Amino acid sequence: MLELSSKELQRAVEELSGQKVFACYQCGKCSASCPFAAEMDLTPRQVLEYIMDGRVEVLNSNTIWICASCFSCMARCPNGIDISKVMEALRQLLLRSGRDQLDLLKIPEADLKEIPQIAFIAGARKLIG
Amino acid sequence: METVRIYIMGKEYSVPAGLTVMKAMEYAGYKFIRGAGCRAGFCGACGTVYRKEDEYKLRFAVACQKLVEDGMYLVQLPFAPAPRASYDLEKIRPSDNVLLKFYPEIARCVACNTCTKSCPQEIQVMDYIQAALRGDIRRVAELSFDCIQCGLCSMRCPADIKHYHVAQLARRLYGKYLAPKAEHLAQRVAEIEQGKFNAELDRLTRMERKELTKLYEARQIEEGVGV
Amino acid sequence: MKVLYYPGCSLKTVAESFERSAKLAMAALGVELVELERWNCCGTVSALTTDDLMHQLAPIRNLIRVQEAGEERLVTLCAMCYNTLKRADLWVAQHPEELAKINAFLDEEPDYRGKVRVLHLLELLRDELGFATVKERVVRPLTGLRVIPYYGCLLLRPREVGLDSAENPRILEDLIVALGAEPVDTPYKTQCCGSYHTTTHKEIVAKRAHAILSSAREHGGEVLISSCPLCSFNLDNRQRLVRELYDGFAPVPVLYFTELLGLALGLDPQAWISEQHYVDPRPLLEEHQLLKR
Repeated sequence: MLELSSKELQRAVEELSGQKVFACYQCGKCSASCPFAAEMDLTPRQVLEYIMDGRVEVLNSNTIWICASCFSCMARCPNGIDISKVMEALRQLLLRSGRDQLDLLKIPEADLKEIPQIAFIAGARKLIG
Repeated sequence: METVRIYIMGKEYSVPAGLTVMKAMEYAGYKFIRGAGCRAGFCGACGTVYRKEDEYKLRFAVACQKLVEDGMYLVQLPFAPAPRASYDLEKIRPSDNVLLKFYPEIARCVACNTCTKSCPQEIQVMDYIQAALRGDIRRVAELSFDCIQCGLCSMRCPADIKHYHVAQLARRLYGKYLAPKAEHLAQRVAEIEQGKFNAELDRLTRMERKELTKLYEARQIEEGVGV
Repeated sequence: MKVLYYPGCSLKTVAESFERSAKLAMAALGVELVELERWNCCGTVSALTTDDLMHQLAPIRNLIRVQEAGEERLVTLCAMCYNTLKRADLWVAQHPEELAKINAFLDEEPDYRGKVRVLHLLELLRDELGFATVKERVVRPLTGLRVIPYYGCLLLRPREVGLDSAENPRILEDLIVALGAEPVDTPYKTQCCGSYHTTTHKEIVAKRAHAILSSAREHGGEVLISSCPLCSFNLDNRQRLVRELYDGFAPVPVLYFTELLGLALGLDPQAWISEQHYVDPRPLLEEHQLLKR
C-alpha cells in the first residue's frame, strides 16, 4: 500500500477528484444504485466512509477496480458528490505509483480478435498507469 | 576556418561549421562502433536529439544528415529498446485487430502527437497509430512509407508504443495481402517459364565479347533515366 | 442535408453494421453523413481527475478538426464517443485556464475556440428531423415487433451531457413507436453492461448481460437495441458465456437502433447485417417478414 497518512489520503482524494468527500452523509443511495455492488468488498458508501475516517486501507479494496464509471451513483447522490471521480482519484493514486491492474500482453488471443477496440482503450486508461 | 560551438553530452567542443553532427562528433574524437550505418540518411542508425541554447523545444535528427549549428546541445540515441513482436507472415492475415493483437499498447495512445513531433522524417506518426487502432492497415502502410526505423518516436511516447514496429508489420501485411498485384510481372514470369526467351538468351550467351559490347552500347536508352 | 460525423474506431471494425446501417438509413431520410477528416480516437472514457489534461487531448484534437472543416456541429453514433467528446467540450468551456494549457501544448494545431456542438444521431433525429417526419417516411412499419430500448450509461450520464432524462428517458421509446414497433419497458435499461471489464472480468459482464437480457425476455421483449459497440458486444457476443454459466437462458438478438430504423425505412438489411452479430437476428426478422424488401 502507498505510504500515506490519513490526512494525505483525504487531501489527495479531494484534490484529484475535485469533490468534497466530507459532504457525504452516508445515506447509501450510491451503494443501492451501483450495479456492481455485489462484486465489491466495500460498498461505494463504505469507500466514502473509509476516506472520511482516514482509513488508508481503502486503497486495498477491490471496489475501486470493479467500479466501471457508469455514473449511476453520481446521478443519484443527494449531496452532489461525483463518487465516480472519487473512485478515479483512488485508482490514480495507485496507478501513478506503478501499480498496473491490466497487462495488455496477457489478454487471450481469442479476445484480442473479437473485443471492440473501445474496450481495450477504456481498459488501458482505467487500469494502466 | 569558421567554427561553431556544440555540446556533446554536455561537454563543449569547437568544430568546423558545415560538418554533419556525425562528422562533428568524429572530429571531436568520438568513434562510432554502433550508432552509424549508411551515413546517407537511409538506415536510421544514428538518431540524435538536441536543443538549441535559445530554444525550449527538443529537436530530432539523424546525425549523418543534420549539419551542426552554433549552440547545439546534443546526444545520440542510436537505439530504442523495443523488441519486435514475433509473427509468421504466412500465418497471419490483414484482419481488423491484427495490429492490436501483436502490439496491444497502441490502445494506450492519447493522441498527444509527440511521436509526430519527434520524427526526423516528418511522418504523421500519430495519424498512423490511430489508423492502426481502427484496423486500417493500408493507411498505416501509406503514412509510414518513409520510416527509417530510427526509433525516436518510441523513445518519446508516453504510452510506451513501439510505433515503427507497428508500421513495419502493417507494411508487410500490405505488401503481402493488400497491395495490387503487378499483373505484367506475373505474365512475364509465366512467359519466361514457358521458354519464350530461351532462344534469345542462348544467342546472347554464345556471342563474342566484342559483339556483345557493341550490342550493349547500341541498346535503347530511356530518356531521363540514368545514375 | 450534409452532416459532419465522427465514426470512432469500433465502427470501422467490429461495429461495421452500425455505421453501414446509419449511413444508409440517414441517406434514405435525405441526410448525408460526411466523415470527419483525420479524426483520432476520442479516448473512449473521460478524464475524471482534475489534473488529467493528457486525456483531454484526444477529444479536443477532434473538435479542432471540426473547426478546420468549417463546421460547428459534430454528430456521433457510438455512445462512448458521444460522451467523451461532449464531456471534454463542456470541461474546457468550464475551465478556460485549462483550455489555454491544452492549446499551448497542441502547438501544431490551431487553438480550439470552443464553438463545436457535439450531438448524438438520436438527437438529430428527434430535434432536427423530428420523429413525426421519421414516422411519415416509414414504408414498412415494424408492427408487432417488441423492442427493448437499452440506453446503458453514456447517453444519459452525467446529466449535463445526457440527451434525455437520466432516470426516465424516452427518446428510444419514441423512436421505436415512430417506427411502428412496440417498446418494452425494463428496469435495466439504464444499467451498465459491464463496459471494459470484458477485457479482464468477463464473468462480471456475463452476469450483467444475464440480468439485463433475462429481464428483457421476462417483459416480453424480442430484440434489444443499443447505440454503443461495447454495450452491443457485451450484450450480444458475451451471450456465449451467459449460456455456459446460466441454465435455461434464452438468447436475445441485439441490433443497433440504426438497423431498426433502416428496416422501417424499407431498406434491405442484407446491406449491413453481417456475421458480426453473435445471436443471428435474421430468424426473428424473417418471422416478422422484415427481411425482404
